[in-house]
Amino acid sequence: MAQYELTAPISDEDARKLRSGDVVFLSGTIYTARDAAHKKLCDLLDEGKPLPMELQGAVIYYVGPTPPPPGYVIGAAGPTTSYRMDAFAPRLHSLGVKASIGKGIRNEAVKQSLKDHGAVYFGATGGAGALLGTCIKEAEVIAFPEMGPEALRRLRVEKLPLLVINDSVGGELYVQPNLEAVGL
Amino acid sequence: MRTIQADEITKAVRNLCMHSNRYCPEDVKKALAAGAAEEEAPTAKEVFRQLMENIDLAAKTGVPLCQDTGLAVLFVELGQDAHVQGSLHDALNEGVRQGYKDGFLRKSACDPFTRKNTGDNTPAVIHYDIVPGDKIHIALMAKGGGSENMSRVTMLAPSDGWAGVKKFVLTRVAEARSNPCPPIIIGVGMGGTFDYSAKLAKKAMLRKLDDINPDPDLAAKEKELLELVNRLGIGPMGLGGKTTCLAVKMLVTPCHIASLPLAVNIQCHSARHEEVII
Repeated sequence: MAQYELTAPISDEDARKLRSGDVVFLSGTIYTARDAAHKKLCDLLDEGKPLPMELQGAVIYYVGPTPPPPGYVIGAAGPTTSYRMDAFAPRLHSLGVKASIGKGIRNEAVKQSLKDHGAVYFGATGGAGALLGTCIKEAEVIAFPEMGPEALRRLRVEKLPLLVINDSVGGELYVQPNLEAVGL
Repeated sequence: MRTIQADEITKAVRNLCMHSNRYCPEDVKKALAAGAAEEEAPTAKEVFRQLMENIDLAAKTGVPLCQDTGLAVLFVELGQDAHVQGSLHDALNEGVRQGYKDGFLRKSACDPFTRKNTGDNTPAVIHYDIVPGDKIHIALMAKGGGSENMSRVTMLAPSDGWAGVKKFVLTRVAEARSNPCPPIIIGVGMGGTFDYSAKLAKKAMLRKLDDINPDPDLAAKEKELLELVNRLGIGPMGLGGKTTCLAVKMLVTPCHIASLPLAVNIQCHSARHEEVII
């Protein structure tokens, strides 16, 4: 298992070289979106309207941060559960999104889309919101401000600690539960 | 009859919201430290390292432990000889409103259909009980959505028995895998009715992780479930390891002769709850 320092947006080549289990420290520009923002993005696509962000090489962080206390750019900012974005992720990967960051298992359609489009799914440590927030150096709401914590934000991150969970060749880091050990 | 001012209740709830979201309970810290010592895999060790660092950082900086600062769930035990001057219900919700605003906590309450955020994290989910005495006991749980989504209620057949209960709990945890942010805490409510079992499951998680059930049979059952769940090997964040679950807590009450209501409430490792007595 390798360790990389990458800068977002990430290239096709960078995304394809990653394997499940690799540790990545991610810097650069990424976007926040939860399921409600994903739905809005897909509605814009359906209507043929422009998106508020560039999708090519984009990294989307599934997070709804706490408000920044005075003197901070953001509050706690750990990952939310990713399956709620499964309905939208394949479409975004087909349009150039190279990675998502979340926690929890993805469905087969998402895993297939990672293979089809040379993308990856990163895991960040759920419940480490204060710690992960320290890696965020700038934050700006760029769309859907009426959604509060669910608004679409542009972030500048430095060395955000991530693990490659699902890679572009079908690898997965999450273990299967040992059902036999409990007689299931 | 003792009179308690509504304002005093609001202040107490505000403080519970702000404090609980920043300071990890000592029993949870102890359980995490014990889990960390058990693990050998580097990924599991690294998850625990980040969680411990996060706990220290939140306490030091005042940034919340987790971005999901929860829906506010309140268990209120009102002494029958206490009289609240003003509206108790309004005072509790006002405390949540102030705590989430002044504490820079995330407002996570929304309309289930329109998904429009209520803007102040109210209404809180409030359970009331009338008890002897002239005090008010308020327990606040800042309950995250990710683990709550992995919870389930079922109506087993009485013949399913303890084996059926174990199977349902284990299946639930096995299906949830990494979703609820393991290591988790499991609240099991058994008996009562469909609705009451769920309330018991949640209330069970107010217990300290290191307390031992005063009922020896239930203590043995909690221990058995904990050991079984940890045999699944899901581990911290679902990355594999010995610590899938920190504790199982059960509350049990009689039920209808036709029924065996069972609720499994899942709590992430960031088990934020605090209590106050007024």
